Amino acid sequence: MTRKFVIKFPAEQTGDSLTYNLIKKFDIRINILKADIDAGRSGTLLIELNAEEEKIQAAVDYISSQGMDISPVETKIKLEAEKCISCGACTSSCLSGALSISAPDWNLRFEPEKCIVCKLCLKACPLQLFKIEFSE
Amino acid sequence: MRKTYEEINEKIRRGQAVVMTAEEVSEMAKTMSPKEILDKVDVVTTATFGAMCSSGAILNFGHAVPGIRMEKIKVNGVPVSGGLAAVDTYVGATDCDERNPKYGGAHIIQDLIDGKTLELEAWGKGTDCYPRTHIKTEISLETINEAVLFNPRNSYQNYNVAVNTSDKTLHTYMGTLLPKMKNASYSSAGELSPLINDPECRTIGLGTRIFLCGAQGYVAWNGTQFNTSKPVNKYEIPVGNARTLAMIGEMREMTSRFLRAAYFEKYGVTIYIGVGVPIPLLDEDLAHRVSIRNSEIETSIEDYGNGGELIGTTDYASLRSGEIEFQGKKIHTAPLSSLAKAREIADMLKTWIKDGQFELTAPVRPMPTDTAMKTLKEL
Repeated sequence: MTRKFVIKFPAEQTGDSLTYNLIKKFDIRINILKADIDAGRSGTLLIELNAEEEKIQAAVDYISSQGMDISPVETKIKLEAEKCISCGACTSSCLSGALSISAPDWNLRFEPEKCIVCKLCLKACPLQLFKIEFSE
Repeated sequence: MRKTYEEINEKIRRGQAVVMTAEEVSEMAKTMSPKEILDKVDVVTTATFGAMCSSGAILNFGHAVPGIRMEKIKVNGVPVSGGLAAVDTYVGATDCDERNPKYGGAHIIQDLIDGKTLELEAWGKGTDCYPRTHIKTEISLETINEAVLFNPRNSYQNYNVAVNTSDKTLHTYMGTLLPKMKNASYSSAGELSPLINDPECRTIGLGTRIFLCGAQGYVAWNGTQFNTSKPVNKYEIPVGNARTLAMIGEMREMTSRFLRAAYFEKYGVTIYIGVGVPIPLLDEDLAHRVSIRNSEIETSIEDYGNGGELIGTTDYASLRSGEIEFQGKKIHTAPLSSLAKAREIADMLKTWIKDGQFELTAPVRPMPTDTAMKTLKEL
């Protein structure tokens, strides 16, 4: 399974090799979606953890025990579908395949479950119809 | 057998014209000869809905009392042409204020069509006949005299496919082009596209009545950069962008369902325009032309990462499959013009003609037959 989390770091934690530990200790595939960290200052990290459920839970417990604040996140890309003209420009940069356009109807299809929140569609849409939404 | 415009129009008036979209006729052509198609079908509707930067609106604001010779004009903060007499302007789709690059001429045009009220501010030096030097007021389609969409270059006959061989992502008017040819974007309605179905403009000329953004508009002239010298393939279709159309129509009859302001990242403002062109089947040659299929329409692959070098060709059947194979690589393809909208337009035009609301016009003057593109030389 794949789940997304936001981790908030206290200042003293930012130097540690979190991702290394997660891979080494818990055998987890990590995808860093967004990082906002400066050494010596607090920061936030948006990560995607891919492993079996128990391993993810163990990793979450470990991160909490290290003095970091971790909370599950639903990061969603939202499309204002009623304004969409189905030009297909967004599909060109959607490598995860969440956005697609094809025969027979050539209407834009958005499958949020395939979305990896890479956000390339935000810039690719000529009508600026994609927005990013966070919810805990 | 031959048919005349008048014979076809008589059928339209009687509600007996047989009208099909270019896609429907291409499908029919799998089992029918051009002669059989000519016997059965009177008019074929073609359409496209794509980004067409060379578009704009002629507006006349009406005179204030006392009058002003508007020499500098802003609409919703966007500077527009002050180069037409006292209270006329031309709002170019790509006009914009660099401090607010995502709102431009295209948005002004769409806002007007949507019935919105916009701010107009204008300055003049003050003359003996136009003493006023400044005005700040509001306008809408209701308050102004004329509002005419006049697009110098629309509906390109075919268009190159864009790729990027460089190491950097490019943001272009052909959309986001990922590095190392990870994607390819194309912009044509293919077998539904107007100038693909009448490639030598036998029926499309000055005065041809068309569908323009929901209104009945007209072909006003050959479009700028009209080019008859592009190499053609064995189906006589130019392999890349060739002919174009200039169009004109009443903005008050248009709808933003078929006209949409847009912004391309790092490129700027542009406008999506919906165009539909009817093609009368006057003879077997035209019946043959409208039978063209996506697999027979080829176009050049242009490298936007290397100065626009043409590096290969592909066809619309391959592009529509979602993937093309090129230089041993599989490249993800994506359109930039809306086929779904183009089909909506072709169907709507078909209904107008079938219902007797739209008659066909013979060209007042044919399109040029011997033109080529010049390049701009530096001194």
